[in-house]
This record gives sequence, C-alpha cells and structure tokens, in this order.
Amino acid sequence: MLSLTLKEVSLAFRESRISPTELCKKCLNRIKKTQHLNAFITVTEELSLKQAQQSEIRLSQGVPKGPLDGIPFAVKDNFCTENVKTTCASRMLKDYTPPYNATVVQKLLDQGAVLMGKTNMDEFAMGSGSIDGTFGPVKNPWSYAAPYRAHTAASPDSDWVVTGGSSGGSAAAVASLTSYLALGSDTGGSTRNPGSLCGVVALKPSYGLLSRHGLIPLVNSMDVPGIITRSVNDVATVLGVLQGLDIRDSTTVPAPTSLTDLPEDFDVKNICVGIPKEYHAPGLSEETLAQWSRVADLFERAGARVEQVSLPHTQYSIVCYHVLCCAEVASNMARFDGLEYGHRSNIDKSTEVMYASTRHEGFNDVVRGRILSGNYFLLKQNYQHYFVKAQKVRRLIADDFRRAFASGVDVLLTPTTLTDAARYHAFTQEDNRTRCAEEDVFTQPANLAGLPAVSVPVALSRRGLPIGLQLVGPALEDKKLLCVARWIEQRVGFPSISDCGDLCRGDTGVSMREQTSAV
Amino acid sequence: MTGLALNCTINKKSLFDRKHYFYADLPAGYQITQQRRPIAVDGMLTYSFFREKRSQVIQKHVHIKQIQLEQDSGKSLHDDVRSQTLIDLNRAGVGLMELVMEPDMNCGEEAAAAVRELQLILQALGTCQGNMSEGQMRVDANVSVHRPGEPLGIRTEVKNINSVRFMARAIDYEIQRQIGIVQRGEAVQNETRAYDSKSGKTVPMRDKEGLRDYRFMPEPNLPPLIIYEDDTSLPSGIEPCQAVLVQKIKEMLPELPSVKRERLVQTYGILPEHSFTLVSEGLTEYFEELMKGTKKEPKKVIGWVTNDLLGQLKQRDISVIQSPISPAALAELLELQESGHISSSIAKQVYQEMWDSPDKTAAQIVQEQDLGLICDMTELHNICQKVIDSHPEMVRAIRNGKKTVVNKLMGLVRKETKGRADPVLVMEILKQKTS
Repeated sequence: MLSLTLKEVSLAFRESRISPTELCKKCLNRIKKTQHLNAFITVTEELSLKQAQQSEIRLSQGVPKGPLDGIPFAVKDNFCTENVKTTCASRMLKDYTPPYNATVVQKLLDQGAVLMGKTNMDEFAMGSGSIDGTFGPVKNPWSYAAPYRAHTAASPDSDWVVTGGSSGGSAAAVASLTSYLALGSDTGGSTRNPGSLCGVVALKPSYGLLSRHGLIPLVNSMDVPGIITRSVNDVATVLGVLQGLDIRDSTTVPAPTSLTDLPEDFDVKNICVGIPKEYHAPGLSEETLAQWSRVADLFERAGARVEQVSLPHTQYSIVCYHVLCCAEVASNMARFDGLEYGHRSNIDKSTEVMYASTRHEGFNDVVRGRILSGNYFLLKQNYQHYFVKAQKVRRLIADDFRRAFASGVDVLLTPTTLTDAARYHAFTQEDNRTRCAEEDVFTQPANLAGLPAVSVPVALSRRGLPIGLQLVGPALEDKKLLCVARWIEQRVGFPSISDCGDLCRGDTGVSMREQTSAV
Repeated sequence: MTGLALNCTINKKSLFDRKHYFYADLPAGYQITQQRRPIAVDGMLTYSFFREKRSQVIQKHVHIKQIQLEQDSGKSLHDDVRSQTLIDLNRAGVGLMELVMEPDMNCGEEAAAAVRELQLILQALGTCQGNMSEGQMRVDANVSVHRPGEPLGIRTEVKNINSVRFMARAIDYEIQRQIGIVQRGEAVQNETRAYDSKSGKTVPMRDKEGLRDYRFMPEPNLPPLIIYEDDTSLPSGIEPCQAVLVQKIKEMLPELPSVKRERLVQTYGILPEHSFTLVSEGLTEYFEELMKGTKKEPKKVIGWVTNDLLGQLKQRDISVIQSPISPAALAELLELQESGHISSSIAKQVYQEMWDSPDKTAAQIVQEQDLGLICDMTELHNICQKVIDSHPEMVRAIRNGKKTVVNKLMGLVRKETKGRADPVLVMEILKQKTS
C-alpha cells in the first residue's frame, strides 16, 4: 500500500480498500519504525489524523477535493507551516512557529492532502549532504535495504550512506515510504541531488512557475520549491496543483498550460536529446557514465535524435553560483537578528553585541562563512568585480542553454550526481563548501538559468545504491520534460525499495510485501 | 503623478535595490529602495517667496533631483530614563515616496516657502496630505555654507523636524553654527544632527555615526518597474487596466496651486497676495461659491474671506469645511449691506453674531436686534442735531477751519445710533449743519 502511486491510492480510497485515516496511521507507524533515518524534525501526528478524518468524511460524501485528497505528504522544514514549528534545521529558528502557510503548502492542504511532518535538511538549505543541520544528519534509507547490506559487511548503523542535500529528509521520507510526496527546495540542486541518491523522482520546476511565498529564502533569484515523488506521473499531478501566478510573489508567472495527465506512450521519434560534452566531469563514476550511455542508447534505438552539444561556460558556473549565492545569502540572513523572532542571545550589553552573539550562536559555521563571503562581495569596492561580473557570467551560462535549445535540442540528458551515495564517514572527510562545489556540478547550472530539470532513478549501483540521471528542458516547458522523463522511467525498470527488504533497523525478517498485503 | 506635477522625467523602467544596515527599526536588515534608477528624475518645483511682508513676490525654483519609491522603517522611541529604546514596527515595510531636492535654497524662509508649496501641490494631487506633525511628510534638511565664488561646503543633515516653522529655524541655526565654525578656521564635520525644538539648536545624533557601506544589491524579488506611455505602446497580452500609463495619469492631474493662483487673479482681478492666501489656506472653493451668490465686486468681497472668515477659522482652530456659515449665508449678509439695509460696521457685527448663533440667518439677526439702517431722515436729522447740540465746542472748531473734527461727530452719531446710520448720509447732514 505504501509503495503505491498517487493514482493507485486514490483508486484504493474510492474502492474502499483503505481509508484515509487507516493510511495515515500506517504512515505514522512507518515513520516511527524508520526513526533511525532521522528524516523528520517534526511529526504532526495529531494534525495529520485530523486532516485524514476530514478527508474521509469528504470521501464518504462523494466529494473528494481532487487526486490529492487524503494523501500523506511531507514538507521540508524551510517552508512556513501555520502553527507548526519551522526551524530550517537551525538553532536560530529552533522554536519558531510561523503564523501562516507557504503558498505551495496551502495549495496542497486545500486539495485535502494530509501533512505528516517537517523534514530534516542541511541548515538553511546550505549543503549537499543533509548532514549539517542542528538536528543531526539524515540517513539514506537504501543503507538499510538488502542490496546495500549484501554489499557491506558492517552494520548500516555505522556504515550508512548520506541522502545528499539539502532536501535529504524529504527524499528519505518518500524513499522510505512514509509519504507519497514531499516538498523540497532547489537552489543549486538541493532537490535533485538527494532525489538521485535516494532513488526517487525529483523535479526542479522552471523558476517562477511555483510561488516562493513562505519558502524561507536562500537565494531569491535561484530558489524554487521542488517536488519529490516515486513516479513521474505523480510529479506531474502535483505540479498541476502547485503551478501558477501568486500575487504574493512578484517573480511568479502564469502557468503556460494546465497540466493534464502525461501521455502513456510518448513518441520520442520527434525529439532531439542533447548530451553536453562538458558534463564528462572529473570524478564522474564509471557506473554513472555507463548509465548515462545506456539511456542515451535507449533513445537512439527508439528513433530519437541524440546529439552532442556544447555548453562552453559550464566550467565557470560553480564559481559564478558561489559568488551570487553568498551575496544573496548575506542579504537574506540579515533579518535574523534575534529581536523580533527566533533565537536571542542572553548577552545583551548593547544592541550590536546582542546581534553579534545571537547570530554567532544561532548559525552554524557554514551559514556564517557564506554570510561573511557575501558581505565581502557586496562591499562597494568589490561589487563590480565580483557581483556584477558573476551576473554577466550567469547570463553567458543561460545563453549557452538557450543556444543549445534553439539549435533543435528538446531536452538535455546528463548525470545528476557524480557517483552513488557516499558513506557518511567518507563524505565528511571534506568540508561543506568543498563537497557542494563537487556535488553541485551537474545541477546548479539549471538554477543559474532558471530552467526546469528532473532527476529520474535509473538503476542500482554495484553497491546497491540508486543512480539517477537528469533531464534539463527549456524554460516553462516542464510538461514536455516530464513526458520524456516518463518515457525513461517506463524503460529502465528501477526497483521499488519495497522489493528490497524491510528498512527497519537490524530487522532482516518480514518483507514489505507481506506487511502491505495484510490490509 | 507627483513626478509629472513637478515636471520630472519619468523613467519608464526603474529598478529596486536593497540597502543593507543593522538597526532595531529595520526588521529585514535591509531597506528596499531605488538607488540605481528611481522612478522620476530631473524636475522643478516653482514657489513664491515673499519679501518685506508680502509686498514683493519673487518666483524661485528648486531643482528636484529625483523621486524614488522605497520602504519605511519602524519608529524608534528613545526612553532615556530607563536607558532603553522602544521599537514600533507598525509602519515598517510600508511604501513611501522620497523627494530629493538640489541645494538651490539659501535660507530657512526660502526652504519653508518651498516646502509649503510642495505640501499644497501634494494635497491638490491627493498623493500625500503633507501633515508634518502627523508624520505624513517628513523633512530632513541638508545644510552647508561657503564663501561666494567657492564650491559648496561640507554638508550636515538635520533630522527630527516636526513642522515647517521648526525647519526654517533649524536651518537658520545650522547656517549660523557653520558660519561660526568656518570663521574660527575650523572644519564643518559631515554628520547627522537632530533639531531640538526646545532650545532651538541642532545637536549631533549619537546613533548614526561612522562611514557605512550599504552593500547595495539589486532586489531579486521585485522585477523592474515598467511604465508605459499610452495604450499604443503596450506589448501584446497586456491590458490597459493592468498597466500604469503616463498619458492616463497626465489626464488625471488636477489644477495645480500655481495655475489656480494665476486663474484667480485673471478671473477675479484680485491681488496676487490675496490669491496666494486663498490657495494656501484652502479657501478657493469657498470664495468662488461666494462670488456666485453676490453681485459685489471681487475686490470688495476678498477681504471678507481672507480676513473675517479666516480670522474666525483660526481663532476657533477649525477648517473651512467646518465653517457653520456657508458661502450662501455670507452672500446674503453681503447683499443686505450692498442694498443699503445695514451699514458696513453693522455687517461686521452681524457676521460675528452669525458665528455665535449659526442657526440664524443674517436677515433674522438684523430683524431681531433691530440693526437695520435708519431710513427715517427726520430721525437722522434729530440725532445729528442732538449730537451737535451737546458738543458746541466741536462745531466751533469745524467752523473755525478744523474740518476733520467732523469725524469725531460722526463717531458720536455712530455710537448714538449703534451703527445703524448710513455714514454717507450722516456725513452730509453733519456737514450741512456745521457749515
């Protein structure tokens, strides 16, 4: 039951095979069983049951709000949720409760979806491992699945792999079957990266398609809410609900088309798939490269045109991203001064001293590092040299994509991450900044250009861990992008985690199948 | 609209920026403003400056450097007793308009005249009520001194000004203070000072010291503000109702104060200084209504509005809208005077009565108190005779050549008749009797 798609669950509701409250209880139970993954910061048990009950009433009266009515979902903890603690995994907002819902959260609630809780992340979405939050790291559910355990002799408790980040909690929640969909945020790859490492579908929509109102900002000009599910069709359903103009976010645009169901048999003969040659980056694992070729071949054999393209400014994108990101971070973090909300230091000799100690106590060193860098880049004497220069390079990068698409390419096919998930102990050998620079290589150009990009799981690696591939499309052509993603999904045969043994700690017994059939 | 009224160039595309600094009244840690490209630039404010108590009107100009949209901060209230600062965030983030003028003014009075004209313009446009004491309009003065022929000196910024009058005083104090410094051979410091209305002095403001780098950055959440010229310049897909059109706003501009003043002078032949008073005191409508209801010459009516009406309003501290005597009621009073029913001094008396008993008309008051002009010539003759008989020494004086003494007799007759005698007639009779 828990590994079904949204459509299948909706059908199960309608056919009374299960009720929303029963499903909600199952998910709550599963969350408890998978607590060791540390995917959730807050579990909204009471609230979810109440919402499930309301959904049940609607169903019994034959008036469901839509395909998402009664569906359990999770939200990354940097989206504001009314009366539910929203921490951004930071001491600064440890006890902060917003008085309103982010627009995308509200839209899901308006559709009758059931909020299970707020998921763990890197502090203030800064990181690519989901290990630098104040509530501890998130463990990749595949660490506990049979394929990985078969590969490693040690216990997963000590040898677990990271989820990727910064939306690791959301990806883990969906991957471990505690939610059917989760909201992440994507600024440099923060939804696609964990999506790929956790073997789930992760969409970064076009910039401006989904409202950022209520999403605590990291980089205003690059942030987008991300959608994580276990199937491409599910992503499309959610996108259809969430897209659209929001007057509270002046950077949103009207949705180009209303999203109906994706075609089941999309014809790839008419499309051209671009392979950017600069994406053969150093550090790219053999296996990921092999998968990349495999899927490119699939396209070619099916009659699609597969061409090599060049995005010549790719090598500058990570630095460009870093400068612009730090500058905006320095600006966006200025509001956390301890006066109005959030953590306030006890040291209050003067206002200035209180600001300094509050911010030192409230932020981890990653956040503080980016603030200092950003302020440096924005100083009057440095502004032209760093910020303006980076904006110019950004335009060149965006132009690279535009040119590629204008030359007849419909989508670009690239890896999402360099390798499969790293062991925590290996990952932490380098600092946050180094890891981000490495991990974000394939994902952040799409943020710089505001383009839609989706990560689709394609295979398990030799270590038994997911490998994902990324598709990037022209701005506002999210629907076509998803059509192509669906095509891949139908052909790669990525295994469901429920077929890979129970994820519970130290438990080698009852398989998921057996549990779920006892409905 | 304000930009157009001040003859500014409207930037069809203007941009928003973040200005960063930490202060308790700035909750976001930055203020959204328009540093790179404001919405309006390069305008002109024309104002009238009176020398020697309004007998000489000089037209002066102040260049408007720019008008920009920006966010307000909260309000800080310093409690020195408890060594704490209270922050009121209610107005933080609210949008406002900042007007930056060039240093074209030379003294407090000029600045005051300029600001008053600006207030009138804004009120006429409806874009701001301009009430400084209520914080609807805030003014900071930038003051510097220099010797003739030399470049502008270092400027100081004076804040905490709550009225136009205080602004003039603050500026004049600051000018004198700076002249004193320069004459002593010292240098004026570029600093922010606060005006203390109690002492009439400016004092350094303790909080805003040191050079600040505001780390300006384009506001990423607000796309450029695009304004279109008219319907025809709209791109496809945008309806006129979705856009701001310069042409439409131009058409909506009301009559500006300077135009109004000129029109009043031309239409009614009143003096410029009277026209000035009408416009600055908001009495134009009242005056024009009044003129509709009377056949009297405007020159004879204007005094009633600029002196009598205005005097009453100021005394009772009310606005013209609150006047219990409508233009029509005043017109009726003037008609009584014009037609010879009452004398001019009685008219003034009745006017005062009308204010005290607003539910009574002029005619009622005249009738009740028997204030009508004495028409009976016999009675008039008798009264005059009575006065003459009781003041033989005055009669003798007149007959001896001191003609002006007849005015004293006039006064006595007026007293006797309680102002109900037509002065022209009385004068005739007295002259006749004392010849």
